[in-house]
Amino acid sequence: MADMQPWGPRPLSGTDIQRLDGADKATGRAKYTFDINLPGMLTGRILRSPHPHARVVSVDLAGARSYPGVKAVLDLDKKTVRYAGEEVAAVAATSPEAADEALKKIRVVYEVLPFHVVEEQAMAEGAAQIHPSGNVSEPERRQVDEGDVTAGFAEADAEIDETYRVPVQTHCALETHGAVARWEGDRLTVWCSTQGVMSVHGDLVQSLELEPDKVHVITEHMGGGFGAKFGAGVEGVACARLAKLAGAPVKLMLTRKEEQLCTGNRPSAVMQIRMGARKDGTLTAFESSTYGTGGVGGLGGIPLPYVYEIPNRKARIRDVHTNAGGSRAMRAPGHPQAAFAMDSAIDELATKLGMDPLELRRLNSSAQNEIRLKQFDIGAKEIGWERRNSVAGSGKGPLKRGIGLGCGTWWGGGVKNTFAEVEIHPDGKVDVRSATQDIGTGIRTVMAIIAAEELGLPLDMVRPHVGDSTYPPGRASGGSTTTPSTVPAVKWAARRAKAQLFEKVAPVLGVPADQLTAEAGSIRTTDGSKSWAWQEVTGQLGGSPIVVTAEFESGFSSSGVAGVHFAEVEVDVETGRVQPIKVVAVNDCGLVADKLLAESQVNGGVIGGISYALLEDRLMDPGTGVMVNANLESYKVAGAMEMPEIVPILMDMPERGVIGLGEPVAIPILGALANAIYNASGARVRSFPMTPDKVLTALGLV
Amino acid sequence: MSDPEGLNEADELSSGSISRRSFLKGVSGGVAAAGLMTAGIAPATVEAAGGGTTLGPGASDLTLIVNGQKRRTKAEPRHTLLQVLRDKLDVTGPKSICDRGSCGGCTVMVDGESVYGCMMLAVDAAGKEITTVEGIAKGDDLDPVQKAFIEHDAQMCGFCTPGFVISVRALLNQNPNPTMDDVKSAVSGNLCRCGTYPRVFEAALTAAKLQRGEV
Repeated sequence: MADMQPWGPRPLSGTDIQRLDGADKATGRAKYTFDINLPGMLTGRILRSPHPHARVVSVDLAGARSYPGVKAVLDLDKKTVRYAGEEVAAVAATSPEAADEALKKIRVVYEVLPFHVVEEQAMAEGAAQIHPSGNVSEPERRQVDEGDVTAGFAEADAEIDETYRVPVQTHCALETHGAVARWEGDRLTVWCSTQGVMSVHGDLVQSLELEPDKVHVITEHMGGGFGAKFGAGVEGVACARLAKLAGAPVKLMLTRKEEQLCTGNRPSAVMQIRMGARKDGTLTAFESSTYGTGGVGGLGGIPLPYVYEIPNRKARIRDVHTNAGGSRAMRAPGHPQAAFAMDSAIDELATKLGMDPLELRRLNSSAQNEIRLKQFDIGAKEIGWERRNSVAGSGKGPLKRGIGLGCGTWWGGGVKNTFAEVEIHPDGKVDVRSATQDIGTGIRTVMAIIAAEELGLPLDMVRPHVGDSTYPPGRASGGSTTTPSTVPAVKWAARRAKAQLFEKVAPVLGVPADQLTAEAGSIRTTDGSKSWAWQEVTGQLGGSPIVVTAEFESGFSSSGVAGVHFAEVEVDVETGRVQPIKVVAVNDCGLVADKLLAESQVNGGVIGGISYALLEDRLMDPGTGVMVNANLESYKVAGAMEMPEIVPILMDMPERGVIGLGEPVAIPILGALANAIYNASGARVRSFPMTPDKVLTALGLV
Repeated sequence: MSDPEGLNEADELSSGSISRRSFLKGVSGGVAAAGLMTAGIAPATVEAAGGGTTLGPGASDLTLIVNGQKRRTKAEPRHTLLQVLRDKLDVTGPKSICDRGSCGGCTVMVDGESVYGCMMLAVDAAGKEITTVEGIAKGDDLDPVQKAFIEHDAQMCGFCTPGFVISVRALLNQNPNPTMDDVKSAVSGNLCRCGTYPRVFEAALTAAKLQRGEV
């Protein structure tokens, strides 16, 4: 941290500051892509394969072309479709109903091919090959082999060997993927529901072979992404092409069914874990064998062993292709799967050793992980760790309560190529711009806080602007990098703009620039002898504002966070129903930019985890190869009734600069819930979602 | 315009043999439209033999009372209230998320009751007071529910927010002093994927206090 820059006074950051676009959202004024209505706008729709695996022999668009109201039809030139839902053709028509009807008039001849939607079937000896490079791969870079596992297990006094399973989870962003496209000559404007205005811009430039300055992408507001909304996508490019063909603007927003089927998911994982420890609790060896599927996409990494330090470690990982919708990044890719398995395994080992599971974790978190050790203490105190059952399931029942914990880690550092612009106007108002977008974390508000704080201004003097590709290139909302990338860019731009202002006005004020400082809405001499109102000073700029663009540089951010969550649950041992009661979420993210908004992110991560752990399950029918719950009523996500009390505890560590928070807060809850269910009821559930049937099975009651 | 099926339907009804199909058509074309006539609708219709009015399949004139204003448009009988609000009247506060009554993003009030806009036909809303999230503030003076949502940060991406705001507004209209359980129950038909529920609950309880003049 040697290169950290002095932050300066913090009148704003770290306090509770309301979302600046809160009123727009709460009044319905906020316009999302789905809400854009243009004169003469057409509706776009996509025809998708009903077959999980097929060769596309021919596509006859004639019936759609002649259907009343149809203005454009597009063959997407697919040779092979590899999941039920893959795009084949698209239409644009004067009404949604006409577009839907026109899709039915497209004649596609398919040669149906063998398929697999179940991992084990795709992996079986003699399984039909469904992917050009084979059904199963074992990526070299993802395998782990360190130390001597055989010797490690020989040293162990106790070991466990168990298998943990998680199904495919879908993102379920409430605003579906999609775009509105409008051409004016050779210039294209696209409103897109995305977490990357610049990546969508890049995709459109490349796919449509346009000059970059001919493409304008706008995302004023967007209704959730969670990792699935980085690119223009097939639908975004098709929307622009349909608009060009039709000579009219087109809105192409996916339906809920399409959203659940085709726009990404978190891969499944089957994780077999063998782990050993000495009597004193020292972990000696870890060995895992994992496989999972991202459908027609990749599995990515599952970082096992997770978090805890084990000298001898071996992890095998196999990526299985199936004929299902492709994976995309989803909130902390790989980590939630690993955290559930690892934290469950640690608790199972603690039971074998007769140790307190918190103590076993402390023992295997080295002193280097000082932050995590503090988080153990903070969380244990807040939840009342001493209240847990010393013998699992020993409560009276039938409603039994218990407590468990889990851990997580993430990087969340800033990256280059993130730019922000600060403009100080003669009237004193300040504009801050960056071509990033607000995925819901509140980056608009954070940008304003940082600029206002650096310039010593009240928040209402600063106007933040995001969601427009004509601004200086900003960061995509991914990897928990938006805040740690954008904040330093804004901070540097504001600091330099302030320096330029001082240089310009120094002669007029009769004070050397290096003896000026900006605070509390005024400009003062550093010795405090003289003071001018901010607007009085900026008024000296005459007709020319100060505009400074800065790129991310180190100095105001760092990387690497821990995170410990404690959960208390109630298990009905007669019905198997699990009700989360209370969650204490202890997280660090360096310097907290906005406490109110940061705590909202913590709540969101915990709730996403509750939903994943207890409810969510993408169901594929092995017989037909289709997803049977591509909706929001039989694909269950957490609602009001599942909510526990959540206590977010953020460690404000300004000396570290800003670090991203969105992903690390979604991880530790998973192991915490599984372990709390065990502590409450004695049911060790090793499979998500932890539904009543699985709880009752684990209790030996069914 | 002729509608032989409509006539057959009347015959079926009079002969006492009601198929499922004719029953449904009778409901949508007869009962619903009869209600509409009283609500000042002038549909492009034919008089069914049974005396009811049959709408459609094309668009007919429709007047909706949205946030206190009469709004004239054309809609087909199959159009939902949500479609007409969003696509015809550009009232985009209510969101289209699942379009089948499972998420609550399109929640509006119809004569004071919270209703999923995607589950009600537009023609059935004619003559009723429709209130969306755009219609609860008094000019610049936001509704207590909106104020409390902002204060508690009961919104993240904000896409579900209009539905939640209306669900809470409808609750407070009926129950100005709700308990936490009342609040949870009132918003149990609304989904949020960002995870704002705890703060929605807090906001609802604060809004109730604001409304009672306690804070």
